[in-house]
Amino acid sequence: MRGETVTYREAVIGALADELDADPAVVLIGEDVGAAGGVFKATAGLFARFGGDRVRDTPISEQAIVGTVLGAAVAGLRPVGEIMFADFAGVCYDQIANQLAKYRYQTGGQATVPATLRLSGGGSLGFGAQHSQCVENWFLNIPGLHLFVPGTPADAYTMLRAAIRCDDPVLVFEHKALYSLRGELRDESDTPAFGRAEVVQSGSDVTVVATQLMRHRSAEAAELLAADGISVEVIDLRSIAPLDVDTVLESIKRTGRLICVQESPGPGSWGEALVAQVAVRAFELLDAPPSLVAADPIPLPYAKALEDATIPSVKSIAEAIRHTLSS
Amino acid sequence: MIADPWAGLDPSRLLGLFRRMVEIRLFEDEVMRLFNENLVRASTHLCQGQEAVVVGACSALAGGDMMSCTYRGHGAVLAMGAPLDRSMAEILGREAGLCRGRGGSMHLTDVSVGAMGSFAVVGAHLPFSCGTALAAQQLGTGAVSLCFFGDGATNIGAFHEAMNLAAVWKLPVIFVCENNLYGEYSPIAATTPVTELTTRAASYAMTAERVDGNDLLAVRRAVLRARESAAGGKGPTMIEALTYRHMGHSRSDPATYRPEGELERWKRRDPIALFATTLEEHDEIGAPDVADARAAAEAAVAEAVDRAVAWPEPDPAERFDDVWANA
Repeated sequence: MRGETVTYREAVIGALADELDADPAVVLIGEDVGAAGGVFKATAGLFARFGGDRVRDTPISEQAIVGTVLGAAVAGLRPVGEIMFADFAGVCYDQIANQLAKYRYQTGGQATVPATLRLSGGGSLGFGAQHSQCVENWFLNIPGLHLFVPGTPADAYTMLRAAIRCDDPVLVFEHKALYSLRGELRDESDTPAFGRAEVVQSGSDVTVVATQLMRHRSAEAAELLAADGISVEVIDLRSIAPLDVDTVLESIKRTGRLICVQESPGPGSWGEALVAQVAVRAFELLDAPPSLVAADPIPLPYAKALEDATIPSVKSIAEAIRHTLSS
Repeated sequence: MIADPWAGLDPSRLLGLFRRMVEIRLFEDEVMRLFNENLVRASTHLCQGQEAVVVGACSALAGGDMMSCTYRGHGAVLAMGAPLDRSMAEILGREAGLCRGRGGSMHLTDVSVGAMGSFAVVGAHLPFSCGTALAAQQLGTGAVSLCFFGDGATNIGAFHEAMNLAAVWKLPVIFVCENNLYGEYSPIAATTPVTELTTRAASYAMTAERVDGNDLLAVRRAVLRARESAAGGKGPTMIEALTYRHMGHSRSDPATYRPEGELERWKRRDPIALFATTLEEHDEIGAPDVADARAAAEAAVAEAVDRAVAWPEPDPAERFDDVWANA
């Protein structure tokens, strides 16, 4: 698939297919991932190609899905579990936070846990408060989990493959509003280092750090501001654990200003964590207070007017950038 | 083999199982003593009185089979063949412990003997056992997964999700419920509307069997039948083993809630004493053989405790080890 232009959805399917092809220990399990091809069609065609033993439909049982993924990983498979809507991580939080994340450490490293969970998160589509959240922040202070948040087809492909090949648990959060986004996949030689952020566009006035849908909205805001001669550097973290603070610090050395943009509310989030780390590690580099543009602290509402007002927009991001530059 | 009054065991193995039961009893007594000397931290959950369930069940397993159990798991892990000294060292938080002191009493694990984990969130490991069984099924190893849990676990969601998944995928799992009549401090009737827990299996179209958990050979026979069925592709079995814990739920529980005379009645059915009496009916086993096995157990536990107590604590500088396989 390398080098092709595909949708984010096709990139996910392609990564799964290539790993299923490469390693007989890879098994997909989840609700309707098999015959139906997934509710977001992100596993379409895999059941027909690889069969029901390797692409397995489960009951609606998230605890069983995650626990099975853990046990199977410990016992020699390289399983990929799907949590249909990332919000359902609440149903199996113990399995992820207490079991999956801790198994290796608690046993003194007696086994590896090459487990991947795919979770479809994100808002802007009107799914309401229980089917739209970016829940990656729920896992931010649990050692033992890698948290990937790919925002482009290229990252969806390379990061999912890297997750499946990783010998530690990785949660890959796919953004459901990006499934139809098109983009070019990278060449093999261009595979990014594990957990490294990407400088999406260079700029000299302010550093804007974002992920997934907010990465694209931030890039649009940057384009608008460029017309006014404002030069914005946009960084896509791609992974919030590990969190690539170094790439952000390098950028701030040039810009002196930081804005984090995230789709979820602020408290206990990667945005707050990054602002705090930059303040601790590079206070002297800052020409203005770092800021966080986040969702309002309310359950995400259904009506379009309400949802649009709640999560950061191109306009609100652009305003925040202007505000930072004026301070 | 099953019709054999000795369930396929020769005198040497019979005496070996007797010795292991005695070792578990004495091991637990030593844990209590060391706890009272402040050498064991936090809490500990002992299994005196339940030895026949774990030793009988694990005796029916074959090499490569995988066992997972609860935080009342010292006996189960020892029954799989974990060494006495390194098991005690783990409970004492020593570097030579099974889990290098990272797990403790509630997380004894020895993957090298198929003791895949002791899980301390009630019911959390039933899905895990589905995973180890899925790996065996998928990889065609022929291994069976045995999962011990308590009567209290039959009321938690993960139990039902795992039972259902195991049944619908015909996974090679043996679910062994150690029904000791109390979920923590509450008698089972106060928390559970059915008194025969095997009825729970009926809703998953799963074969179930109730056995006298204080009769080692009865437990072994039931697990042999379940193992044959699982290995033959017929799916999981639930076994309910009726037993009793001589101690309270944990170290802080004097178990004053027990009706007068109940403990004494069960102690008259002490599984070790019952098995000793049974063994003396064997043509080739005499009272001196049983006494020798008991003496060997006493010596082994005493030596193991001496070794474990003398071993050093882990080096704090190494506490970051084993969070990740790929650091």
